Amino acid sequence: MVATNERPAASQSGAPGGAETGTWAVKKGLAQMLKGGVIMDVVTPEHARIAEEAGACAVMALERVPSDIRAHGGVARMSDPEIISAIVEAVTIPVMAKARIGHFVEAQVLEALGVDYIDESEVLTPADEAHHINKHPFKVPFVCGCRDLGEALRRIGEGAAMIRTKGEAGTGNVVEAVRHMRQLWDDIRRIQSLPDDELPAAAKELGAPVELVKEVHDLGKLPVVNFAAGGIATPADAALMMQLGAEGVFVGSGIFKSQTPEKMAKAIVKATTHYRDAAIIAEVSRGTGDPMRGLEISAIPEREILAKRGW
Amino acid sequence: MSEITIGVLALQGDFAEHIAMLRALGVAAVEVRLPAQLAGLDALIIPGGESTTITRLLDIYALREPVRRLGEAGLPIWGTCAGAIVLAKQASDLDRPNLALMDIDVRRNAFGRQVDSFEEDLEVAGFGEPPFHAVFIRAPIIAGVGPGVDVLARLGDGTIVAAREGTLLATSFHPELTGDARFHRLLVGIAGARRRERPAGSRAAPA
Repeated sequence: MVATNERPAASQSGAPGGAETGTWAVKKGLAQMLKGGVIMDVVTPEHARIAEEAGACAVMALERVPSDIRAHGGVARMSDPEIISAIVEAVTIPVMAKARIGHFVEAQVLEALGVDYIDESEVLTPADEAHHINKHPFKVPFVCGCRDLGEALRRIGEGAAMIRTKGEAGTGNVVEAVRHMRQLWDDIRRIQSLPDDELPAAAKELGAPVELVKEVHDLGKLPVVNFAAGGIATPADAALMMQLGAEGVFVGSGIFKSQTPEKMAKAIVKATTHYRDAAIIAEVSRGTGDPMRGLEISAIPEREILAKRGW
Repeated sequence: MSEITIGVLALQGDFAEHIAMLRALGVAAVEVRLPAQLAGLDALIIPGGESTTITRLLDIYALREPVRRLGEAGLPIWGTCAGAIVLAKQASDLDRPNLALMDIDVRRNAFGRQVDSFEEDLEVAGFGEPPFHAVFIRAPIIAGVGPGVDVLARLGDGTIVAAREGTLLATSFHPELTGDARFHRLLVGIAGARRRERPAGSRAAPA
């Protein structure tokens, strides 16, 4: 092996001088690299290593998984920086962390900690009931939840470089994720079918920027990567969301609240890659034990529905 | 002669972007997730994604050995970003065996974290003008190359970010994201030249 660099690579860190960082292409691009993968919620460095070993393409660093946040009640905030830093240190894959809706200082803190993606998340208690974070000034990219196309495009308009369905986090019940994914694609197909001169009125109706509505009309999909989240608890759930048009999945409580987290994590990774291959999904689902205990959505009091947070 | 078919490893990552680029060039492109899907390919692309995820899935679905054998037998293979890590003989900080095909030493996440991801214009050997607009996302660098490897592009400070060894190509960045098809054309050219040299029926067979 001939060393051919003028300076030792070991000393290298940070972008080269003069290069443009934090651009839309690199923000959106990282989400493109996560596609076809599983992003797992983890609360300890040990969990993070299990997730990486199982083949997660990224982890979400948290103090509590959503089902525990739900059980715990009270105000849910950004996690302790110590937990986030320990998880950042533990793995080589990208690390995401959650900030409260509208809490731009939590986002500034997460950016300073060196997380690779921020989830402005309805799982935490919103800090602003009118405004989401203005995500454009940040160098770190953001992912945001949506229930339909209007909500997705409002978030992209604010600078989100990746979208996920909200589903209903911490329930182990995939029904809301399915509802949101189907709604999103219904909306996209409708926009695609409209003549150009009806797009401004459609944008008004969706409450979304008209330029983005035009982009969806031309592309036939969102202009950023779109994952599924909220209630995915089994390999078949993950494959279901992929077949419904998700480009990857977030699994929150579904892994570390299952009976055999390591097996479940590996099985969900395989089912996400081979999402159209029922024989493989059947094989990987064998012996994964009990998934997390699920919650019936109608049994959740109205004020505890997380998907209604944000607009 | 039938048309060139290029496979894109579709275990995880931005394989769809590569397929779209190839199809825009009029080249047949197929997703590869299982060993049987390697049959009849004229070249293979290993896309950007997470190298840890891709190497695990290569092992689990018994793709590593057949792909390595095809590469050794001269199948053109191009790795972008994570794909370059998967191709390299030496890859720092990767906890799983990779394909170990190409005589390059790759350092993962060499520029730092996502906030250090960047865009830069590069001079690429043989491409001429205009410069190649390159997007680096949590990118690796090529810290060293063996004697049979040609350096195709460097950053301003000399860091190697694209290289070729015979029929193998590695780029630290993502030509599939920027719409400039010159690297994809280069691969199609390598695949076409190899096909002309070889009798029909001797292309990639399943393992």
